[in-house]
Amino acid sequence: MDSVVIPIYTTIVSVPYYHYVLEGLLVLVVVFLWNRRNRRPRRPQLTEEEKEELIRKWQPEPLVPDTPQDHPALNPKYVDGKMGKYVSIEGKDYLNLATSNFLGLVGDERIEEVAKKTIYKYGVGSCGPRGFYGTVDVHLDLEKQLAEFMGCEEAVLYSYGFATIASAIPAYAKRGDIIYADKGVNFAIQKGLQASRSQIEWFEHNDMEDFERLLKIQAEKDLKNPKKAKVTRRFMVVEGLYLNSGDLCPLPTLMELKWKYKVRIFIDESLSFGVVGSRGRGVTEHFGVDVTDVDMIMASLENAVASTGGFCCGRSYVVSHQRLSGLGYCFSASLPPLLTTAASEALRIMDEEPERFDHLRSNGRRMLEGLRAAIADTLFYVQGDALSPVFHIKYRSDDVEEAEKKLDALVDNAFEKGLALTRARYLVGEEAFPIVPSIRLTVNSQLTSEEVDKSLKTIAEVVRSLTKK
Amino acid sequence: MPAISTTSLESAHHRFESSSTASDDHDDSPIELHDVSHSSSPNRTPSESRSSEDSDGFVEIAEPKKEAHVGVDSWAQNNGSMNGKVWSRGDASASSRLCEKSSYKVEEYPDAPWYTSVLVCFSYAVMIILSKFADWLRKKGYFKVPKAQEHYRQKDFAPLKGGFESLYLDNLYRIACDVMNRPLASVPGAIMTLRDRTTYNHGWQFVYTGTTSEVLNMGSYNYLGFSSNSGPCADAAAKAITADGLATCATRHEFGMTKIQHNLEKYVAEYLGTESALCFPMGFGTNSMNIPCLVEKGCLILSDELNHASLVLGCRMSGASIKVFKHNNAKDLERQIRNAIVAGQPKSGKPYKKIMIIVEGIYSMEGTIVHLPDIIAVKKKYGAYLFLDEAHSVGALGPSGKGVVEYWGCDPADVDIMMGTLTKSFAAAGGYIAGRKRTIEHIRAKSQGCCYGTTMSAPVIAQVSSSMQIMLGHDGTDEGSIRTQRLARNTRYFRQRLRNMGFLIYGHDDSPVIPLMTFFVTKVVCFGRETLKRNLGVVSVGAPATPLTKSRARFCISASHTKEQLDKALEIVSEIGDVTRTKYGRVNNTEIVAY
Repeated sequence: MDSVVIPIYTTIVSVPYYHYVLEGLLVLVVVFLWNRRNRRPRRPQLTEEEKEELIRKWQPEPLVPDTPQDHPALNPKYVDGKMGKYVSIEGKDYLNLATSNFLGLVGDERIEEVAKKTIYKYGVGSCGPRGFYGTVDVHLDLEKQLAEFMGCEEAVLYSYGFATIASAIPAYAKRGDIIYADKGVNFAIQKGLQASRSQIEWFEHNDMEDFERLLKIQAEKDLKNPKKAKVTRRFMVVEGLYLNSGDLCPLPTLMELKWKYKVRIFIDESLSFGVVGSRGRGVTEHFGVDVTDVDMIMASLENAVASTGGFCCGRSYVVSHQRLSGLGYCFSASLPPLLTTAASEALRIMDEEPERFDHLRSNGRRMLEGLRAAIADTLFYVQGDALSPVFHIKYRSDDVEEAEKKLDALVDNAFEKGLALTRARYLVGEEAFPIVPSIRLTVNSQLTSEEVDKSLKTIAEVVRSLTKK
Repeated sequence: MPAISTTSLESAHHRFESSSTASDDHDDSPIELHDVSHSSSPNRTPSESRSSEDSDGFVEIAEPKKEAHVGVDSWAQNNGSMNGKVWSRGDASASSRLCEKSSYKVEEYPDAPWYTSVLVCFSYAVMIILSKFADWLRKKGYFKVPKAQEHYRQKDFAPLKGGFESLYLDNLYRIACDVMNRPLASVPGAIMTLRDRTTYNHGWQFVYTGTTSEVLNMGSYNYLGFSSNSGPCADAAAKAITADGLATCATRHEFGMTKIQHNLEKYVAEYLGTESALCFPMGFGTNSMNIPCLVEKGCLILSDELNHASLVLGCRMSGASIKVFKHNNAKDLERQIRNAIVAGQPKSGKPYKKIMIIVEGIYSMEGTIVHLPDIIAVKKKYGAYLFLDEAHSVGALGPSGKGVVEYWGCDPADVDIMMGTLTKSFAAAGGYIAGRKRTIEHIRAKSQGCCYGTTMSAPVIAQVSSSMQIMLGHDGTDEGSIRTQRLARNTRYFRQRLRNMGFLIYGHDDSPVIPLMTFFVTKVVCFGRETLKRNLGVVSVGAPATPLTKSRARFCISASHTKEQLDKALEIVSEIGDVTRTKYGRVNNTEIVAY
C-alpha cells in the first residue's frame, strides 16, 4: 500500500505551486468557455405566455405553391394502346421517336404470351417483399439468367429502375467514403450519391484528365494520413451510355484508373444494356473489358428489355451485399411475376435474334447522319454517340427561354406532321448541374430506312420553317 | 352503454350472418354476442360525442375528457370491441394514468418480464462470443466456408464490408436465413406452394430438392384475398396485355402517360374520396421520390419512430429538419410541435416554413392502427400538414375497405396527403398519392417520380382497377363488402384465440397484422422452422427490423382464409408455443371465441 501512496505524495509535493495555480486557471477557463458555448444558442427563457403567443402567431406556408395550368406535365398526351413503333393519340397514329423501346420488344407476341401464362399461374402481384414470401421462383430464374447473360457470378433483381440505381449506390458507399462521379450522370445516380452521404468528387463529363487530377489530389492526402486512407472506400460512378447526352463512357481509361488508384467502379448501364455491344451485353462487351473486373453493373429493365424493374450484377462478394443493405430491395415488394417472366423472355429473344442490335445500330447511324445533314446551317445541333440510340437535339442560344421555345415549336410542329418527339424533361433546380434544354430523340430496331428518312424529312422541314422566321 | 353495444352488436351479428353464406362454417350467435361484448372495454365513446365533435368541426383537446378516446366510428362499434383491449392487458393502470392527463390516447406495450429481457441479452452475448470464436477459427484456417471472396487483384482495396455487420451476417443471420427468402412456386393465395430447399453447410448455400410443399400462407400481404391466378382480375390483366402491352419505356413527363393510367388515377381518387390522385409503379418509390417535392430545407418533418424505411429515406432526401416522435403518441407529437414552433429552425432560429406530420395507417411490425383523430386534432390545432401512408391499411380497414380514414370516420379532406400501396390489398404493384387537386398538380409537375420514373405496366393497372371496381361495388355484387367483413372477422377471431392461448400479441384488435412476441431471436427462428414443418408459413422477424430484444413472429390475415384454415394454424401455433415456451401472455381457457 505504502509503495503506491508514497511516490504519489512525493510527486504532489515536489511540483512547484505556480503549477497548481496555472492548472486551476486553465480549468476555470475551460469551464467558462464550456458554459458560454452551451449558453449561446439558447435564447432567453420564454414564459409560458410568450410561448403560447409564438405558437399562436406561427403561420405555415401553404403546403404547395400554385402550379401554372399550362405546365406541360398537367397537359400530357394520353397514349391509347401499346407504346410500340407507332402510338395512337386521340385516334391518330404517330411514329414514335420518343420512348426507349430500343429493340422493339413492346408488343412482342412471344413475350405477351409468356406474361399471360404467368398471370394464370402466379397471379399479378407478389404481395410481399423478397424476404417474406415475395420471392417467386421466376425471380430466381431471371436472376440466374441475367448473371449468365452478363457473364457475372450473381445478379440482384429490383422492382423499379430508378430505385435500382438510387438504392445500390448507398448500399456500399457510406459516410466517410469518397465517390468520384461524372458531372453528366443521370438523376437516379445523383439521388443515390445524395443518399450515401459520402464525399462526392465531381469530374468534368468524360474528362479523364480532370478525373485523374482529382485522384492525384486524394493520393497526396492519403500519404499524410495512411491509416485513414486504408479504410476509406473509393468508388467511381459512371454511365455506360449517358442518358443526358448520348455519350459513351471511356471504359478502358476508367479501368486503368481503377487499378492505378484502387477505386471500385460502378457502371449504370440502364441505357447501354441490350443496346451497346454486338450481343447487347453493354459497354464491357463493346470495349472488350473483362466483366469480372467491373465491381458492379446496374441497369434498368425499363428500356431495351421493355419490362419493369432493374438489376445489379457482378461478383457475388460485392453484389450479394445489397440483398440486406439495398433499401429498395429489402423494403419493397418484389417485381410482379408476369413482368419477371416478360424480362426473361426478352433476354431469350435478345440471344436468339442478335440482328435486332444490328438494325438498331444502323438505324442509329442513319438517323444521326441524317439529322446532322437535316439541321446543318441552322442553330439546331445534334449530340450523341454514333453507337447510341438516343440523340439530343439542342439549340444554340444564350437565352434559355428562346432555346426552349424553339425546341417546343419543333416538337409541336413535328407532332402535327405525325411524328412523336419529346423534350428531355428535368426538374429544374433539383439537378446537380445546369441543364441545356434539348429534345431527346430515340430510334428503335423496328424502324425501316424509309421511316427514318421520312422522319428526317419532316424534321428538316420543320427546322427550316422555324429558322426562316 | 350496454344498451348501445347490444343493439349495435346485434346488427353486427346480422351482417356477419349475411356474409357468412360465403363460408361454410358458422358458429352459433349467442356466444358471439356474449363474448364480444365481454371483451369490450369500458372506455368506449358513445357515437354522440363524435357527432358533437363534428358539429364544431374542431376537436377540443385542451380540456381533458374522461372517456377521452374520440373517433370510434359506428362501424368499429358494430363490429365489436376495438378499444383498449390489447392495452388493458399488460399495463392498464399506466395507460389509464396517462390518459387522465391528456385527452390523447397513449398506448403502452406490455413487455416481457425483466428476467426474460436479461436472458435475451444473455443469449445475444453467448451468440456473439461464439461468433467471434468461429471467425477466429476461420481466420486461422481451421475450417473453411464457401464464402464469396474478394477479387484476387483487389485484396488491397479498402474493404467493402467488415466489423460487426459482417460478424452478424456471417454467423448469426447465415444460420437462420432459411426462415427468410423462401421461394414460392405458386400464387401467394391462402395456400401457397413453396419450393423445398435444404442446406448442407449451415445456410451458406441452398440446394433445391426438386419437391414442393403446400403451405398455409400467413405471411403475404394479401389482405383482401385478391391474389389469385383466375377470376375477373386475372382475366382483366391478361386482356390488358393484349390491348396495351407490357411496358411504356417512358416517363410521365416525357411520353409515358397512357389513357389507362389516367383512368386508374380517377378510380383511385374516387375510391379514396379525394379530389385527385397519382399512381406510380413502385410503392417504396412513391414515398422516397415524392416526399422531397413537398417539404424542403427550412421545413420540419415530424415522423413516427416506427415509420417505414421508404418514408425515412424520403424524409432524408428532402433536406428538411426531421424530428421523431414516440410511436402513435399524439401527446408526444404535440409536445414536439410546440417546442419546434417555439425554438424555430436549428441554428438560425427562424420560424419553420411548414410542418409535416408523417404517420402510417397500420404499422407493419407492430400491428398498431394510427390514432388518426388525435393526430388530425393536433395537426389542425397547430396548422401542420398530415402525410398518411396507408401501405397496409388501404383495403384492410373500414367497412368498405377504404382504409384508416374510413375506419375512424374521419374526413379524407383532413388528411393532406394520402399515400398507399397497390401491392398489398389489391395484389398488384405500385403506390398512389391522393389529395387535393392543387397538391396533386404540384406533385405531377415537380416530383421526381413523375419526371424520372417510368409509368405503370398495363396488366398491373388492370389488376388494380378491376379489384377496385369490385371493392366499390361497381361489378354489381356485394363481394367487396363480403371481403372486408371476412377480413375483419378473421382478424378478430385469430387475435382473440391467440391471446386466449396465452400468447403476447401486439397491436390493435382490428389490425390484420398480428405480431406474436417471442423476444428471443432464437425462438422466433425455431418458430419459423417448426411452423413450416407443419405446413404453416409465417414471417419471423428479428433485429434489425425490430429492436434487438423484441423478436417476433408475424401473421397477416387474409379475407381468403377460411375458419378451418385459421383453426389449423392456431392448433399448430399453440403446439409450437408450448415447445418454444413463447406464451408470454395470460392463458384464458374459459372464454370461447366465436367465429
